[in-house]
This record gives sequence, C-alpha cells and structure tokens, in this order.
Amino acid sequence: MLELRHRGSCPGPRETESLPHREGEAAGGDHETESTSDKETDIDDRYGDLDSRTDSDIPEIPPSSDRTPEILKKALSGLSSRWKNWWIRGILTLTMISLFFLIIYMGSFMLMLLVLGIQVKCFHEIITIGYRVYHSYDLPWFRTLSWYFLLCVNYFFYGETVADYFATFVQREEQLQFLIRYHRFISFALYLAGFCMFVLSLVKKHYRLQFYMFAWTHVTLLITVTQSHLVIQNLFEGMIWFLVPISSVICNDITAYLFGFFFGRTPLIKLSPKKTWEGFIGGFFSTVVFGFIAAYVLSKYQYFVCPVEYRSDVNSFVTECEPSELFQLQTYSLPPFLKAVLRQERVSLYPFQIHSIALSTFASLIGPFGGFFASGFKRAFKIKDFANTIPGHGGIMDRFDCQYLMATFVHVYITSFIRGPNPSKVLQQLLVLQPEQQLNIYKTLKTHLIEKGILQPALKV
Amino acid sequence: MTELRQRVAHEPDAPPEDKESESEAKVDGETASDSESRAESAPLPVSADDTPEVLNRALSNLSSRWKNWWVRGILTLAMIAFFFIIIYLGPMVLMIIVMCVQIKCFHEIITIGYNVYHSYDLPWFRTLSWYFLLCVNYFFYGETVTDYFFTLVQREEPLRILSKYHRFISFTLYLIGFCMFVLSLVKKHYRLQFYMFGWTHVTLLIVVTQSHLVIHNLFEGMIWFIVPISCVICNDIMAYMFGFFFGRTPLIKLSPKKTWEGFIGGFFATVVFGLLLSYVMSGYRCFVCPVEYNNDTNSFTVDCEPSDLFRLQEYNIPGVMQSVIGWKTVRMYPFQIHSIALSTFASLIGPFGGFFASGFKRAFKIKDFANTIPGHGGIMDRFDCQYLMATFVNVYIASFIRGPNPSKLIQQFLTLRPDQQLHIFNTLRSHLIDKGMLTSTTEDK
Repeated sequence: MLELRHRGSCPGPRETESLPHREGEAAGGDHETESTSDKETDIDDRYGDLDSRTDSDIPEIPPSSDRTPEILKKALSGLSSRWKNWWIRGILTLTMISLFFLIIYMGSFMLMLLVLGIQVKCFHEIITIGYRVYHSYDLPWFRTLSWYFLLCVNYFFYGETVADYFATFVQREEQLQFLIRYHRFISFALYLAGFCMFVLSLVKKHYRLQFYMFAWTHVTLLITVTQSHLVIQNLFEGMIWFLVPISSVICNDITAYLFGFFFGRTPLIKLSPKKTWEGFIGGFFSTVVFGFIAAYVLSKYQYFVCPVEYRSDVNSFVTECEPSELFQLQTYSLPPFLKAVLRQERVSLYPFQIHSIALSTFASLIGPFGGFFASGFKRAFKIKDFANTIPGHGGIMDRFDCQYLMATFVHVYITSFIRGPNPSKVLQQLLVLQPEQQLNIYKTLKTHLIEKGILQPALKV
Repeated sequence: MTELRQRVAHEPDAPPEDKESESEAKVDGETASDSESRAESAPLPVSADDTPEVLNRALSNLSSRWKNWWVRGILTLAMIAFFFIIIYLGPMVLMIIVMCVQIKCFHEIITIGYNVYHSYDLPWFRTLSWYFLLCVNYFFYGETVTDYFFTLVQREEPLRILSKYHRFISFTLYLIGFCMFVLSLVKKHYRLQFYMFGWTHVTLLIVVTQSHLVIHNLFEGMIWFIVPISCVICNDIMAYMFGFFFGRTPLIKLSPKKTWEGFIGGFFATVVFGLLLSYVMSGYRCFVCPVEYNNDTNSFTVDCEPSDLFRLQEYNIPGVMQSVIGWKTVRMYPFQIHSIALSTFASLIGPFGGFFASGFKRAFKIKDFANTIPGHGGIMDRFDCQYLMATFVNVYIASFIRGPNPSKLIQQFLTLRPDQQLHIFNTLRSHLIDKGMLTSTTEDK
C-alpha cells in the first residue's frame, strides 16, 4: 500500500520541543554567539538538532524519477491517472508472481541466489536512505566500510549454516575446508579490521554522524542479513517451508487490499490510514484457507517436500527422499461441530496442513506489524518509498517488509517443533573429536542401537 | 574527578572557548587521562561528587591534582581487591557479577540515549527497553547456559519446557514487545522513537552478547576468564605508566593522551605479565577445569583431569634465543603460548575499543558514561576495552581449542531418526577402522 507522506504543515514549530539547549540554538543560526574556535561542534550540532526536532521540521527528500517503462505508459495513456496507477500496480504484481514461479521451477540454487540478491538490494536501499538522511556522502570510507561489513557478516553466516549442506563439496577442496573450519576466526578478524578502520577514520567534525551511520549499518545488517540466512535455512529444510510462508504473506497483502477495497469502513491503525478492520479480518480468513489449500497441493510433490541436499557425484542439488510423516496423508476424526457442518466422519489431511494454519495465522495477524513498522519508518524519515526500483510499488524493501518477521517465525517454528538436529552436522562434529572420545561414543551408540533393535548384534555390516 | 556533561553546563557568560577545547581534550575516558588539564582550566560547575566523605577528608590537604590521582589509585586497588574476592567466591558469584555488570552497562548507555534524545516523555520506552533486555537474556540463557545445567533442567518440568522451547518463547516475547513498539508510535515523535529503538537494539547487541560470551568463556575454565580480563587491566595500567614516564609521541588524534611509548611499553609488559600469570594459574585445578554443575551436590564443581594444554611440556628454544638465555629447553604449559596470543590482542586491538568509546563520548558530548565509580566514571568506562576481548577469546576457543561436546553430541544423536542413526554409526565405524582404533574382529571387546 502506498502510504501518504506525513507532512508537517510548516518547518516551524521548534518551540514544541522547547529546547533551550545548544543544539536547538545552533541550528537556528544562533551559533555565531558561540566561540568561533569551536567550529568542530557546529556540524554535529546541526545534525544533532535534526534528531531532537519534531518530525515536521525535517526537510523532505525529493522524489526520484519515475521508472515506469515507456511501453506501459503509452498503453495506458488513455486512462485517468487513478486507473493508470491501478493497472501499473496490477501488471507489476502479476509480473513479480510469474518471476517467482519461474525461479521456483529453476530450482533451489537459483532461489538461494535470488534470496542473496534481494538481501543485497534491501541493504543497499536502507543504507542509501541513511546516507540521504545524514547527508553522509562526503564521509570518508563509509560506503566501503558498509559493504565490507556486509561481506564479513555474510561470510560468517555462510560458514555457520550453509557450509554444512555443502559438506561433501567442501571436503574436496583444501582451501575451502580451511575457510569453513576457521570461519569464525577469519570472519571475526575481518570484522575487526573493519572496526579498526572505522575508529581510525573518525573525523573531528563528524563524530556523531559517523557513529550514527555505523549504528545504522549494523541495525540494517541485523535485519536484512540474519533474516535472509534464516530464509535460506528454511529453504534447505524443504522448499515448501519457503514457499508456503512467502505465499501466505503475499496472499494476505492482496486479499486484505481487496477486502478493504470492497468492504472497508473502520480504520485499523493511525499509522496506516488505508488499512481497515474489514480488510484485516477478511485477509486473515482467506489467507488461512489459501495456506491450507496450497499446503495440500504442494505436499504431494517430493520436489517441494524433501530437504535440499547437495550430492557431490551429480554436483548439484537434489530433492529426493522418503517424505517424512508430516507429508503423508493421515485420517483425522473431525470434532463434532465440524462433523455436522461438513457431514463427514473423517478427513484425510497432511499433518503439514495443520502447521500451515499456524503459519498463515502468523502471516495475517503479526506480519502486518512488519508493514506498520516500515510505514512508521518511512514517515519518520519523510520518505514515500524505500526506493523506486519497481514501478508502482516502490523499492524491494517495500515488498519484503512483511516477510522479515515471517522468515524468523518459520525458522523458530521449525527448530522448536519440527526439526531435530542436522545429521550431517552431527557426523562432522563426531569426526573432529579425539580418537578416544570417538571410541567411547561408538561404544555408547552401539549399545543404544542394539537395545533399540536397530542394529542386530550378530550383524557386522 | 567527576564533571558535569558539557551540554548542561552551557552558560553564555562562561568562557566557551575554554570549555570547548577542554572537552575535546578531556572526554577520553581512558585510565591514562588525568585531571591535570582539567584542574588548570576554567572552573566548571561540578556535579554531585560521589567520592565518599572519608576519602575527601583524608585527602583534603592535598592539592586538587594529587587528590584526584589518589582517588583514582585507591579506587583502582579497591576494584582489583574486589575482583580477587569474587574469584575466590566461585563461578556462580562470578556469573551473577557478570550479569549485574551487563545490566548496569545497559542502563548507562540507555540513559545516555534518553538524554541525547530528550526521550523521557516518550510513552513506554523505558519499559520496552528493559523488556527487550529480558527477552534477549532469556534467549541467550536458553542457547548456552542450559547445556551446562542440563541435569538440573531435566529434573524440573517447567524448567525443561522453558529450556526446550526457549527459542519459540523468547521470540514470542520479543514479538509482543515489537508490536507494542509499533502501537506506541506517536505522531510527532516517529523519528525519535525509531532512534531509541535502534539505540536499544545496538546496545543489546553490544552488551548482552558479549556478557554471554564472557560467561561461556568462564564455563570453559576460569583461567579463560581471568587471564584475558587481567591482561586488559594490566595493559591499561602499564600503558599509563609508560606513557607517564616516557611518553612523547601522540598515538591518535582521538585520545591525545595516549602515546606510542605507552602503547609499545604496555604491549611488552602485558605479554610478560600474561606469561607469568598463566604459568601461575595453570598449576591449579580450580582455574583450569571446566565448570560443571554437579547434580548430587547441587553446586558447581571444578574438578577434572587437566587437559594437555595445562600440562608442563618441554620446548626447544630456537637457536637465536639459546645464546641469549643460555638454556636449551624450557618447560612451559602450552597454555602460555595461547596466552601470548591473548595478551597481544589485549594490547594491540583492545585499545581500539577504548578509542571507539572515546569517539562515542565526544560525539555525544559526554565526559563519562556515568558517575558510578568516583574518579573513573561509569562501569562502561572500565569495561569498554573488555568487550572486544571477550568476543576474541570466545572465537579463539571455539576455533582452536574446544572441540564439540561429546555428551551433547550423544544427545543430538539420540533424537535423530533410526535410519540416520544407522548411517552415522556405520560411517563412524568405518572411520574408526580406518584409523586403526577398531579392527573388525575385535570390535566387541
């Protein structure tokens, strides 16, 4: 939803803050009364004042150019501006959804690259906003350092999670093995180098600005990079854990808009005046139904349901396995009131569909808070959209603001309720132990397996 | 000497020039910064002096410069004595102290944020900041500490659930706080509220993660906690001493009182100190053994067979040093070699944490983080160099020292599916046979 920009009527009322402090005076041009020898504090004061003033005092960022392609403009030139906008949004929505399907078809590796690309673009968008807000273009080193930190944190996360899946690939190459085994140390050393560069790059007049940009970079990294790695981990659990949550959020967006468009009356929250309770509740129910159906359709295919594995012989990702119990049809007896409604005694469902209800509920009830957060953020910094990448929709961040909470939730859900430990990781750790410890563990495991009947005592294979 | 923050002291008739030049030179906050220039400068309004009355009276005869030196010295010794007492009291008390330090540091930084952004009247914000602190602490306790308390946790049903689903519960609690934040956004103060939200999160990232890494190191063995912290403290003091006696060339514009002589002298002194300290400590089990929670006695025990790191070994001295020292071999603990790495880090990179904190204080025009310790400033002032050290030690241990925990591996193994268990078992078996630890005929023995 495009949000209206929050505009103060005039950049006047500094008195609302009632600041007798130096920052307020400095920005008002009173800093001539201060000693001329402390020019170094002027710039900080001016920007410091930006923080303390009310939102209406903050200068707005001029909108960037319109990126709608010429073809669309010509085709729609006949319509009024309102319908034109509606059509552009509609066409772009369909384009994005088709692109999504195409990449799913192309497989998990392409999906991983897509997630990575989106992460980099979101990071870029948020950092650019920070630059503009703080007029930071002339700060030394800052662009370099931000991208450098992005690289370090990505390397760290790849070493923590993704390398396990590529274990067989990594074992073959010596350098890769070294990079993965000591990834914590190497990424920490790289991060420290960046940290020291930051400290050495502190310039006398711009301390506060530089600290702000440092913090801005780190918070952005925390949001975008961690979530994108959680998404990739969900993906490796099985593509269905990636598709169903994302589709639920998209569906909630679209159906809430449609319900709001046709039935919307009561506003939902002051922050986003276009959201309505009717849209919210209608979106909730339709998303749950949609998630239920999507889960049913996708659970049948091994391609979606199996954990993604890297096979070194084939040198690619394969998704082939015996589907776990979650994805095998089971019959459930209906509770009495549903029996009366549906007139059936039993129903056969995939257990995953019950999980999908939880996921869809989260997507509809809590996901929008991610959108409200992003709306508040845009109002706070007086921007209309995060960027202008997608005509009619804004930036990549605009499309993905609701997804972030969802990705974390799905990951937490999987680790708490679904997934046990990763077998290849357990094996890897076993192989690193001391030989005596390995022997002890071997004996313990053997006793356990024989007890459970998994291993026959006489069988020596 | 505690002095008021620059902003609040602004008076149009006071000589602003002096104040400005003072503040740039003074807001370093490292141990070496002394009050000499302060005492000679124009008089600033003084905030509440936290120095106890007894000290004030005892030192009332001395000039203000020496008085400050004595106050700092006495407080330094008091803090070091306190440190020793806590070590004596054991790991549990250490853990609690680390928690308290964490909470106090968090409080100090958040208070600075409030003051910078005049945020006292924002709804909910104090509550939300402390609430987030609680959530993140619960998450980290669930991730790391409960492994050590495993037996205790398994006995009590509520604890078991809290531990098993800690990720989900802490995420839910965090989400509640997040939604409260979104609902609390007030029309005129969006930007302020977002700033405070960002400030809280960065503070949590710094303070809480590091304190949990410290506790993690502690559980590895108290020596991994004591030696790094002592090295940082030693480097602080030594660099100050060397700078005091020999200091000429300034080190960095950010902290004009640091000198190259102090830096390099402190480096060598710290390495030697680290070697000696680790030699002394490696002899005692209570420092060297991993901390374990003993189910029967319901307390922490440090009793074990010391690992190879803590057993004396002979090393051949390289030829170049043989002529100097006159020995062929030397008996050292392998840990002492690691301690060289730790001391080097403490002396070379640790000060960057201090520079970072100095830059931060200059950026926000504050002299000290708080006024908790007379003569030294706030808790954060004392611990700014420690943060990088704690992370480094943890990464060092995880990368080079500690292997995976065997009992944890067995636990994880037992939760796998039978076919996965069999697969792992067979792989381990062939690996052991390859290594010659097992032979196919005798594996039952």
